[in-house]
Amino acid sequence: MEQPILSVQAVGFKAGQETILENISFDVEKGEIVTITGPSGSGKSTLLKVLGSLISPTKGEILFKGQSLDKNDPLEYRKKVSYFFQNAALFDQTVKDNLTFPYEIRNQDPEEQRIKDYLKKVKLPETYYEKAVTELSGGEKQRIALVRNLLFQPEVLLLDEVTSSLDTENKRIIHTLIKELNQQSDITVLMITHDESELSQADRVIRIIDGRLEEKHDE
Amino acid sequence: MTNNLEINNVSLLFSTALLMVAVFITYKEKLGLGKDIFIAGLRAVIQLFIIGYVLSFIFGLDNLFVTLAMVLFIVFNASFNAHKRSSGIPHSFKISLFSLSAGTAITLSLLVLTGAIEWVPSQIVPITGMIASNAMVAVGLTYRALNGKFQDQRQQVLEKLALGADEKQASLSIIRESVKTGMSPSIDSTKTVGLVSLPGMMSGLIFAGVEPTAAIRYQIVVMFMLISVTSISSVIASFLAYKQFFNEQKQLL
Repeated sequence: MEQPILSVQAVGFKAGQETILENISFDVEKGEIVTITGPSGSGKSTLLKVLGSLISPTKGEILFKGQSLDKNDPLEYRKKVSYFFQNAALFDQTVKDNLTFPYEIRNQDPEEQRIKDYLKKVKLPETYYEKAVTELSGGEKQRIALVRNLLFQPEVLLLDEVTSSLDTENKRIIHTLIKELNQQSDITVLMITHDESELSQADRVIRIIDGRLEEKHDE
Repeated sequence: MTNNLEINNVSLLFSTALLMVAVFITYKEKLGLGKDIFIAGLRAVIQLFIIGYVLSFIFGLDNLFVTLAMVLFIVFNASFNAHKRSSGIPHSFKISLFSLSAGTAITLSLLVLTGAIEWVPSQIVPITGMIASNAMVAVGLTYRALNGKFQDQRQQVLEKLALGADEKQASLSIIRESVKTGMSPSIDSTKTVGLVSLPGMMSGLIFAGVEPTAAIRYQIVVMFMLISVTSISSVIASFLAYKQFFNEQKQLL
């Protein structure tokens, strides 16, 4: 059997004296769509940030394709396992600044056509490339931020309630793209959500309650 | 020179009347600052008398090592004060000492090598004081800007890290803004010099009887040297300090 792409092994996280996560273990297979759900404040976001290597677990470890995260270069890992924020903030001045950033950090020249093709995929006109970030609506910002994460296709997408503050139309656009990437490119998706339609798309649902795991298979 | 530059003891004593005016106001308006004014006045008298005698002694000695020791003493003190303004940035004393020393050394060397000033204690010590105190303010402002911006722009930095950026790539815009903040006072004062204030160096020389047309030459050098030292010190300090906001796993603290 193929190695799981991500393996969470007895992970715990403490912030000062407070225990946020305790003894969480599960595997994620390549190409799976896993949703993480649970009451707010249960530690879901912390778990996803640990998986995104934005914080380190205080106990246990995470394996990426069988290798401990401690042995992975965090910068390379984050390019492959891409964390996407609930309310993504666009930085600098224009959409262009944001969408050329992934090229900048790889010392590559931006591929303007590829970027514009991606804008079309999230139903935004090419002209948005030069637009100031202050002129965008919340849904547009979120779609552009998604493109920013996808330009160099990651192997795993970590989505933290990315559609929770969006209207139906914006949700639909993002869902369609994620589904398409999962089916065509075998991208593994872990998403935190309370949204019924997102829960129904999932291969598997993981519930976190009070920092502990309660797994349900194939609802 | 016709100017009388001697303030006799009687005049000095009478100048305390100026302090009494302030004490009277604070008493009348119930500001509760009487004690502070008294202590401030006393400290100023003691500190300045001491430094007056120390400087007279050093100028009299005219010894390379003693002058150098005084320069180091000034830079050390300025670094310590900049460090106190860092609000807990780790290693801020070392960073301050390095950035202030580099800024002061480069600027001072340029001034001496170009012949703008001579290596005599009566020029080196006051100029070092000006350079180091401005660098201290610039580095302090740079630290404050770094702290504020890493807090305000936390989300943006996290997003850049999440995209796979390294610490420097994730912080570059904050570093640039912080250097600008550190340098802005010296740029602003350079812009308004002569229009709003007649700065210390020039005023002092005019006071001492030097022709204003000659005094401004010194002031021009001073303004340029302050821009130079604040830029060098702010750049070095911010490029060393930003790393302190991340841990070994390249995560934002």
